[in-house]
Amino acid sequence: MNSKNLWTRLTKGLLHDSDDDNANRYLILRRNIFILMILITIIPLIIMAVIYQHEYQASLKKEIVNPLKTLANKTKHSFELFLEERLSVIRFIASSYSFEELSDQKTLNRIFKALMDEYCCLVDLGLINKKGIQLSYIGPYEFLGKNYSKQSWFQEVVVKGNYISDVFMGYRQFPHVAIAVLRRTEEGRYLILRATIDTSKFDNLIASMGLDQESDAFLINREGILQTPSRFYGKILDQYPVPFPRGNYGSIVVEEVDPQNRKMLVAYAPFTRSDYIMVLAKQRSALLKPWYTLRSEMLFTFAISVVTIILVVFKLTDTVVKRVKDADEKRELAYREIQHTHKLSSIGRLAAGVAHEINNPMAIINEKAGLMKDLVSYDDQFRKKEKFLGLTDSILQSVERCKEITHRLLGFARRMEVQLVRLDLNELIQETLGFLDKEALYRNIELRLQLTDNLPYIFSDRGQLQQVFLNILSNAFAAVEDEGQIVITSWEEDSDTVGVSIQDNGSGMSGETLKNIFDPFFTTKQKGGTGLGLAITYGIVKKMGGDIKVTSKQGEGTIFTVYLPEKAKIVPGE
Amino acid sequence: MQIKVLLVDDEKDFVETLAQRLEMRNFDVKTALDGDEALGLIRESDVDVIVLDVLMPGKDGIQTLKEIKELKPLITVIMLTGNATVNTAIEGMKLGAYDYLMKPTETESLVEKIMSAHKIKAEHEERIRQAEIKDLLKRRGW
Repeated sequence: MNSKNLWTRLTKGLLHDSDDDNANRYLILRRNIFILMILITIIPLIIMAVIYQHEYQASLKKEIVNPLKTLANKTKHSFELFLEERLSVIRFIASSYSFEELSDQKTLNRIFKALMDEYCCLVDLGLINKKGIQLSYIGPYEFLGKNYSKQSWFQEVVVKGNYISDVFMGYRQFPHVAIAVLRRTEEGRYLILRATIDTSKFDNLIASMGLDQESDAFLINREGILQTPSRFYGKILDQYPVPFPRGNYGSIVVEEVDPQNRKMLVAYAPFTRSDYIMVLAKQRSALLKPWYTLRSEMLFTFAISVVTIILVVFKLTDTVVKRVKDADEKRELAYREIQHTHKLSSIGRLAAGVAHEINNPMAIINEKAGLMKDLVSYDDQFRKKEKFLGLTDSILQSVERCKEITHRLLGFARRMEVQLVRLDLNELIQETLGFLDKEALYRNIELRLQLTDNLPYIFSDRGQLQQVFLNILSNAFAAVEDEGQIVITSWEEDSDTVGVSIQDNGSGMSGETLKNIFDPFFTTKQKGGTGLGLAITYGIVKKMGGDIKVTSKQGEGTIFTVYLPEKAKIVPGE
Repeated sequence: MQIKVLLVDDEKDFVETLAQRLEMRNFDVKTALDGDEALGLIRESDVDVIVLDVLMPGKDGIQTLKEIKELKPLITVIMLTGNATVNTAIEGMKLGAYDYLMKPTETESLVEKIMSAHKIKAEHEERIRQAEIKDLLKRRGW
């Protein structure tokens, strides 16, 4: 439920504009894109890493476990073969000789000698009858006449027909194994032939496995007594300290922790014909060394990837959000400009229409008033002549004013013909100031010129630029008090733009005024302003391919800045 | 001798009032409300100066001007125009109109222009007369 909510919020925030205000919107957008991108890149990476690790671990284990098992089995077979060989030789002797022959010391001695030549490791050989009495014996001990009937191995050989003992320390403290076979002769007598084998051969078998330092191989019996010396767990006949699986099983591999706290992989391979278990132990760390190396490499790669992803995503998100923001701003600006242009053009059309339509009635008023004036002035007897003349004059003056207004309206609306000439902007400014010199002198206004020498010539319309500067300067004159200051600066903005700023220390404008300043019919002058001056100025500068900016602070003054391209790019009128 | 003026404008009030004012200033004034009426008057009677509105319903100022010039090339024409049609007035001047005036007009400047237009016309006619006299004398063999 909670996560569902979060998801809805996340996607909603990403796909739609959230309700928060503008500044927050981009922050939230950035955060959402960032989180989403991180999630969709890193989650699959993590999943992949986990699966890969798991799979690899499994296959590696298989690859480690199987050879271990195989080696244990192989060695077990070697042991079994070795023991079986000895057992079959004894069995063969038991069956090829009669009871009498074998109970004869001399014959037994001969057989023993022959065996010693053929097979190594034989220590002694003896015959035991059904009652467990040693009838004959060749070997280092005095076993003749010894009774074995009470011993467990004797019981076993009678039941099973053969027997292989656990290892025991025998003659001269060498480990030995006893083997015995039982045969029933034709006469129905039992003979038991028993031999002892030196197990030094076992060591050869283990050595032939070619084990490394971290490995150990040895035999134990079912009780866990070591039958061969172990590298890790003590010498012969010591107790194998690790708990191992009991009961009947095929060869298996288990993971164990030994008393030295080493993690071991141990293969157990029980013998089929005897009580031995082949044990092959290997330290896990050694086995898994390639795995650990791989894992650390993987971890390293993973970390690097994550860091890279985060960095890239961060950078990317930043760029994307910035682009979005830029695009939004541009759209907003373009929209505003279109709105303004549209407003200007429709007002222009309206103004032209109004001006034209008003002209005709105005002409009639003009003529009627003129006629009245004529009639009055030609009639000497007219009583209130002076009064009437005053009235007609003021009508005519008002008509004149209307004419002026319609003239300006049309001037604003009319598509002005542009004549491009090469001109020096500094010179043009000075020329324009000439119109205002008198007023400046009269009002004691300081005109400061900061004109950059060698300003590049520009191609533009002289008359219209004069109008531009005249309009701005008139406004500046209107804004400043007597003894105010107006600073005019010109400079080269860049390789193909020149800038002119006109700064006054007059009354300044409020933000609201500033917003409408270029709109037609907007005026703050109490009387005599048509509200067209700056609208026309704006229109001209835009038409010349330039730009006009204004900054103002109430009580501190206003700066108009005009940027003009060196070569006017004429923007088609509306 | 009075100068014979023809006022052509579709605004009846305007032409009539202006006509009265000009008459008071000792002009012989006729009025016409459209181009065709003006052309008819020209054919019938003698006119020195025509004050012609550029923008009229029916036959417009330029067309009327062309026909006047065809009919009586010596008549001087002053174009009367609003602000929006200054270009048309200039075009008219290229077609032979003497000058133009912006509506609403100042009577003084209109009178002035009519006077000078008439003067031009009178001079022109005078030159033609002189030329005719010369020609006549030549033929007589003096």
